[in-house]
Parts: sequence; structure tokens; C-alpha cells
Amino acid sequence: MERRKFIKKTTLASFATLLGAEIVFGTNMLKEYQPLALQKSDPFKLFGLDTEMVVLNDTPWNIEAKAHLLDDKITPNSKMFIRNNGKIPVDIDAKTWTLTIDGESVKDKKTFSINDLQTKFKQHTYQLTLECGGNGRSEFNPPAKGNQWTIGAVSCATWTGVRLKDVLAAVGVKNDAVYIGFHAADTHLSGDPSKEPISRGAPMHKALQEETLIAYKMNGKNIPLAHGFPLRLVAGGWPASVSGKWINRISVRNIEHDGTKMKGTAYRVPKNPVAPGEIVKDEDMKIIESMPVKSLITYPKSGAILKKEQLLSIRGHAWAGEFEVSKMDYSIDFGGTWNTCKIEKPVNRLAWQHFSADIQFPKSGYYEVWARATDSEGKSQPMLVPGWNPKGYLNNACHRIAVKIQ
Amino acid sequence: MKPSSNEYQQLIRKAERLAYLALFALVFAIGLLYFRVYDPAFSVFKENAKELVVSIDEDKIENGIHLSTGFIDGVGLMTVVNNCTNCHSSKLVIQNRMSADRWNATIKWMQETQNLWQLGDNQKVIVDYLVKNYPPMDTGRREGLRNITWYELKD
Repeated sequence: MERRKFIKKTTLASFATLLGAEIVFGTNMLKEYQPLALQKSDPFKLFGLDTEMVVLNDTPWNIEAKAHLLDDKITPNSKMFIRNNGKIPVDIDAKTWTLTIDGESVKDKKTFSINDLQTKFKQHTYQLTLECGGNGRSEFNPPAKGNQWTIGAVSCATWTGVRLKDVLAAVGVKNDAVYIGFHAADTHLSGDPSKEPISRGAPMHKALQEETLIAYKMNGKNIPLAHGFPLRLVAGGWPASVSGKWINRISVRNIEHDGTKMKGTAYRVPKNPVAPGEIVKDEDMKIIESMPVKSLITYPKSGAILKKEQLLSIRGHAWAGEFEVSKMDYSIDFGGTWNTCKIEKPVNRLAWQHFSADIQFPKSGYYEVWARATDSEGKSQPMLVPGWNPKGYLNNACHRIAVKIQ
Repeated sequence: MKPSSNEYQQLIRKAERLAYLALFALVFAIGLLYFRVYDPAFSVFKENAKELVVSIDEDKIENGIHLSTGFIDGVGLMTVVNNCTNCHSSKLVIQNRMSADRWNATIKWMQETQNLWQLGDNQKVIVDYLVKNYPPMDTGRREGLRNITWYELKD
């Protein structure tokens, strides 16, 4: 095989601009070299990530957190998982960026600049839980195809933008509207311009929720490039793939949206339970909507050694898709007995909730602390990996950490 | 009128100068062309420009690992490198563990939806390599905690 040498000449200043996503891009970028750099550079510098984040895939970028990195109540950019399906768009200019609302079920197609959105509609901020549908995939047996997420493909940042429902009302939606589907500026891995890496969406009842935003800010700043600058659809509590990044078009459909990764096995699970490894026909699969109840112990980090009699204060977050977490328990005897944790109310609907407990261990030895959330519908997290499915979605098994008492 | 030898020499010198000028222009144009190819933004002339030269030895294998991709060295390695790392990262291959049937189904899916070309005889070479080097492991209904890094937790 021929050896290649890549010579990259680049102005660091323009990359810094790109990363922070604070200034309009494109003025000082070296077009031919930017895509290569974006796909192959050090992601920790490129995206401003904590050095303990785990890179699962670099083409496209797929990066996850570890449980203890997610200890913040509001997830900062540095600890936020990145799940990309295609290549990050280049030469984004927020000043000229537009969002078009079209589709069979709009009365008239309309196009908005970001300034239009910000001046014509009321601004809202919510803290919203975004979890990848495939979070926990690595535990399925037989293994499921795709990025082998462990537990870190979840975040809960604050998102600021305008309500999709307000924008749709201004455009005018017909009675036959069924679904919305987003289109975005990212490009397909194969380089084929006729292919979209991902174009998913949500049924109208989700699109019209108060918390479903067309966001232009994350944690009070411009959305970081890897998370969808300059516009992202944000639909908390549903698979994060519904929350399209770099969006430039939303189609209001009179059918279930049929964009890329809406069909086949993508973001779908079997309608009826199947045995591990079973082949499931496409028509026997259904689209994932609300994510299941789940929790993470974010403190302490697994592997803590305590002195005898030392009290262990654990804490973490719990979430339940469209619902609320109503009860939180922990066990130090592999589910033999469960004890109650304190659980806070969410700051708003679809935000994760914080739990805590103080644990006294009866004697020296090896322990595991298991955490189990129960949602307002009475559903709890299983201790084992739940129902196998071909693409390895919805693993909400209890999280646990190892502890040793001297 | 025939030019005198003096005038003749002057003419030659003029032609010479013209030839030098043309040669210089040519060299400059070629130089410019090279710049267009290797540094289209002429960043060398800009302030703050920092040159990063990345040299990748694509064939090097160390401790049984193909360094530039992370793949395990084995029969079919370069066939896998050449066919499976053009669109996506080798990292995506390495983290997946499948049977021959499921790898074949995955290849079919990539051909149908992701613009993967027909692999011909290479398909068997690729699938054999993957099944041998990245076999699925039976992890039961829930694996025990592994690779725990122990540390002392202060009060």
C-alpha cells in the first residue's frame, strides 16, 4: 500500500474560532484542509472535551462520557457525549443560516433567518435530558451492531430557543399533519451529496410540546459545533437522534416521516419480545418514542476504598423519558434489600432529577452499590439487561459501582 | 538595411533578456501553481500560521497490531484496511463483534444503503478475518464489573 503524507497547514486561530463556535465561521478557514482536520484531529482539543471522555469512533465522531464525569447537575460541553451520523458541516455562517418550514402539511412554505426566529418568537429555556437510543448497547448478548456505547451517551444541558409549536403556528399547519422531519447540513460519510446522514423526526404531539425547541443556545452560549451549531431541534426524553443538529429545514409531513434512519431497524425495536439473536422482519419493528426509566451513580467513581465505619455519600441523576422518576432506591446486597434515596423534583419537565443517599456498610469486604429508579408509571429499571433487540437499543439496566471497605 | 554588428549584439542581448524574463515568469507560475495545490490559502504568508506535518506510516505493525488502524495483524488485514476504512473508522469495525452471517448481512446493508462497492472474492477474506480476530463472546444476561481501578476515597 502506498504511503501517504498529509501536510496540514492551518491557522490555529481559525480553529479556536471553530471550536468555541462563538464567532461566525468561514472567513479565515482553509477550505481544502478543514474537513480532514475536523475528522482526524485531536477531538479533545477540537471539541474542548475532558481528557477522560472515551472516543468510540472518529469517522464519524462518537464520543461518550463515564459515569463519574456526569456528576454536574447541568452537563457542561466538556462532558457531553457526541453522536454524529455523518460529517460535521463546514463553513457555517450563522448570519446567513436559514430554517425553512415546508412539507405536504404546511399551508405555505416559509423561511426564517436566526434573527427572525429570535425576534418574532418568545424565547424559552429548559434543561432537557438527551440520551442516545443505543446507550448501553455494549451489554447486549449476542452483541448488537453499531457504536458500543456503555453508559455515557446521556446528557442534560440547558437549551434556549423558540418553541417549534410557535413557529409551526406562524407558518400554518394543515389538519392532516402527522409527523415532522428535520433536514440538516451534515454530509454523508460516503461523500454522496444525494444522501442525508440522518433525517429523523417526531409525531405531531411531540413536536407541539412546550419543551420541544428550535434551539440556538446550549448552557447560555452558542451551541458548540459538535452539538449542532447554529440550530438544533431539541426534543427531550426521546432518543437523542430526534434532536437533529445543524438543521436547515423542518418538513411537516402528512405521513410518518420517511427520512434516513426512520425505516428498517434504525431507532426501532421489535413490536413483540424476541429471543436473543432472533431475526426480526422490518415490518415487525416499531419506532422508539419515549426513552425508558434510568439512572446513574455519578459519585463516587467506581472503585472507591473506604475505611471501616466511613460513611459513603452517593449521588447521581435519574430520568424517565416523558415521565418523572417517582422513587429511587439503592442496594448493597445485589438486590436482596433495597433502601430509599432522596430524589429531587426535576427543574422542569424532561430534565433529569438528582438523587442522594448516605450508606453505612455493615462489615469489611467487597460491595457493589446498585441504583434503581422507578417512574411515575410504576416501571423500574431491571437489574439484568432487558429484552434483546437487533440494534441494541433501550438498555436501562441498573447502574452499579464497586466499593471496598477496609 | 543590414544591422551593424553592434546593433546585432544589442538585439541578441534584448532577446536574451526576454528569454530570461520568460523563464522567470514560467518558474514563478509553476511555483504559484504548486502553492495552489499544496497551500491554496497561501497560509504560509499569513501571521500565526503554524505548520503541522503529519506523517503516517500506514504499513507498520507492532506487537501484532497494525498501527495506523489498530487492527489485529492476520490473514486478510490489508483487504480489510482497503475496503472497510474508506467511509468509516476502523474503530467502528473493532468495537463490533459478529458471526459470519451477521457480518455478511452488515455488508449487504452497507452496499444497499451506504454506497459500499461489490467486494467479490474479497468478501470471504474480509468476513473470515473479522470472525477469526473479533469473535463474539458470550457475556450472559449481565457481565460482572471488570477493570476496576481502586482508589482511596477521602472523607
